[in-house]
Amino acid sequence: MAITSIKNLKEFSTTNERFEGAHLLCPGCAHSMIVRELLNCTDDNLVLATNTGCLEVSTAVYPYTSWDTSWIHIGFENAASAVTGAEAMYKARKRKGTLKDPDAPVKFVAFGGDGSTFDIGFQWISGAVERGHDFTYICLDNENYANTGGQRSSATPIGAHTSTAQAGRVSYGKKQKKKDIVGIFAAHGAPYVAQLSPNKWKIMAKGFQKALETEGPCFINTVSACTTEWKFDPKDTIHVTDLATDSLMFPIYEIINGTKLNILYRPKNIIPVEEYLAAQGRYKHLFKPENRHVIEQIQKEIDEKWEYLQRREEASV
Amino acid sequence: MADKMELNEVEVWDGNYAASQALRQAQVDVVAAYPITPSTPIVENYGAYVANGYVDGEYVMAESEHGAMSACVGAAAAGGRVATATSSQGFMLMLEVLYQASGMRLPIVLTVVNRAVASPLNVRGDHGDMYAGRDSGWVQIDAFNAQEAYDLTLCAFKIGEDLDVRLPVMVHQDGFVTSHTAQNVYPLSDEEAYAFVGDYKPVDEMLDFSRPVTYGAQTEEDWHYEHKAKQHKALMESYKVIDKVFEEFEKKTGRKYNRLEQYMMEDAEVAIVALGTTVETAIYAAEQLRKDEGIKAGVVAPRSFRPFPYNEIREALANVKSVAVLDRSCPMGAMGALYNEICGAMASTPANPLVTNYIYGLGGRDFAVEDAKNIFREQKANADAGYITTELQQFSGLRGPKLAFYEAKRS
Repeated sequence: MAITSIKNLKEFSTTNERFEGAHLLCPGCAHSMIVRELLNCTDDNLVLATNTGCLEVSTAVYPYTSWDTSWIHIGFENAASAVTGAEAMYKARKRKGTLKDPDAPVKFVAFGGDGSTFDIGFQWISGAVERGHDFTYICLDNENYANTGGQRSSATPIGAHTSTAQAGRVSYGKKQKKKDIVGIFAAHGAPYVAQLSPNKWKIMAKGFQKALETEGPCFINTVSACTTEWKFDPKDTIHVTDLATDSLMFPIYEIINGTKLNILYRPKNIIPVEEYLAAQGRYKHLFKPENRHVIEQIQKEIDEKWEYLQRREEASV
Repeated sequence: MADKMELNEVEVWDGNYAASQALRQAQVDVVAAYPITPSTPIVENYGAYVANGYVDGEYVMAESEHGAMSACVGAAAAGGRVATATSSQGFMLMLEVLYQASGMRLPIVLTVVNRAVASPLNVRGDHGDMYAGRDSGWVQIDAFNAQEAYDLTLCAFKIGEDLDVRLPVMVHQDGFVTSHTAQNVYPLSDEEAYAFVGDYKPVDEMLDFSRPVTYGAQTEEDWHYEHKAKQHKALMESYKVIDKVFEEFEKKTGRKYNRLEQYMMEDAEVAIVALGTTVETAIYAAEQLRKDEGIKAGVVAPRSFRPFPYNEIREALANVKSVAVLDRSCPMGAMGALYNEICGAMASTPANPLVTNYIYGLGGRDFAVEDAKNIFREQKANADAGYITTELQQFSGLRGPKLAFYEAKRS
């Protein structure tokens, strides 16, 4: 695979630009950072598929497209099926000798938000991973159905306010815990699974390259801070993301072949989750005295998860 | 390179086997499928061809019919020949993606083994699934027996992939009565069949990176209408290519297909319009009635359900006095869909036949020759009276008290 060197951001600016800046994503949306980084970290040909969601509606409104590579959107749930169908066609045509450029390497990547990954499209990804296609699925996890105005998803953390899990006089917001999507796809036995974040862009690029190089189905959950629904200033996207990774709300790690877990980022100073929560309007209500217990619960669960990840890493199983 | 299969001049195949052989001979690049009764054997037979070296393409066993059709869409957009099979609930689960496949103008071939739609759950044949697809933007071709299931599946690739059509095509056959009934089938050799279907011609393929393509864009009120209208135009005008392909097939095999099949219609006074295996039952009934009771009965059968053959219907029924339109799907609160199409065609002509609607055969309820004869006899009574002597819609073969709706206005 042709790997683009990623020593510094300046080098990135000279790489293959296949995702055009002219798109309709919100200013400050992390989706475009993540997508651009994926596209820039390889020179191989790319076939991309995208589930319905913010990324899709913002990048392919006829007669315009932001994609300067092959791209397909079918519906809310089936980008993984679409891209693995294309991958099957690639294999068949390569065998039969009907490809225009049979020697050029091709990578197959699907994007989906947390709605289409954790919820409505879950089955389709599970099927594609089990079938063992050579592709990478990247979830742009902004923890809500942002494209439709901020409804809860099963990625929405406990205590967050969304329009369908509202904080109110007798409610502290979402009552259920976030689904462990990384663990779920590791349990599929996928050769490479990771959780990555655009504030740690070198780690993220390396993880993307690892996934693209790995033969077989790879799954990556990426943290995509949502200025609109998390309610923070668009200029603070990376700041909020820093708080997410340094509070360990989003630990950065990978799991190889379903078992071997490596922590990829250890914050020098782990910050209390309260700082992360306080930076976003969606958690504002948790700072009322009657909801403080939820912050304590979130902190406790973060600590337990971090302990779990470290012990998994140490045990190397 | 896939092995060739030596076939006899006459094979004993059921409809499922016939369809799967056609998929093999067309050298499909990707079959992505999910099994469901009664079309499961199509997928199983194809799997046996894969396992024994008769297939060069990919065989993707999806986790659901929705996933299967989604993979078909991705595969087709990547520029190759794609096919799958389904029935009933699987068809309903695919339905969302059927619209997306046709909207992207991807010539996928779907062999549909028609089966009733739950609830109540039922695995037997009726046309509930077929009717659910009628606005989905696919060409819908109907086979009445195993030979036709084979022939028309080969034709389907050639129709859908034609550069003037570029639309997905369904080939329907009746669950069990066709799909599981072994009959004599005259196949083409592998070489002849592939020569007829021809090489796939990629259009806007995702694997040509010199010319990137975006599939599945969004259009709102400024463009959506134009896109849909253009797609409708392509489907409406696809009859020209269907006729051309049927002509080519006749030259090759001597077997002649028409978008509207007509039997004994030259002098027919009464007629049945139907789809599927019922057509052969109605033909047999008509022959006997002509011989035994002197009723000039004929049968009309849309081979092409979409695009619907309006002009041919107008001509075929112009001199008929009374027409029974048989729908093997419960219309739920309306007349049957086929009845509405026939009335729509005839309402714009000077000919004014009496047209009534029969619902029959739901969930695989047998439709016997005597049932067809009774329907012909009622048409004869209408023809003699000069008005409709029954209700507009009747249920044929239903147990319990007679079920019928809308009294016709008598002259």
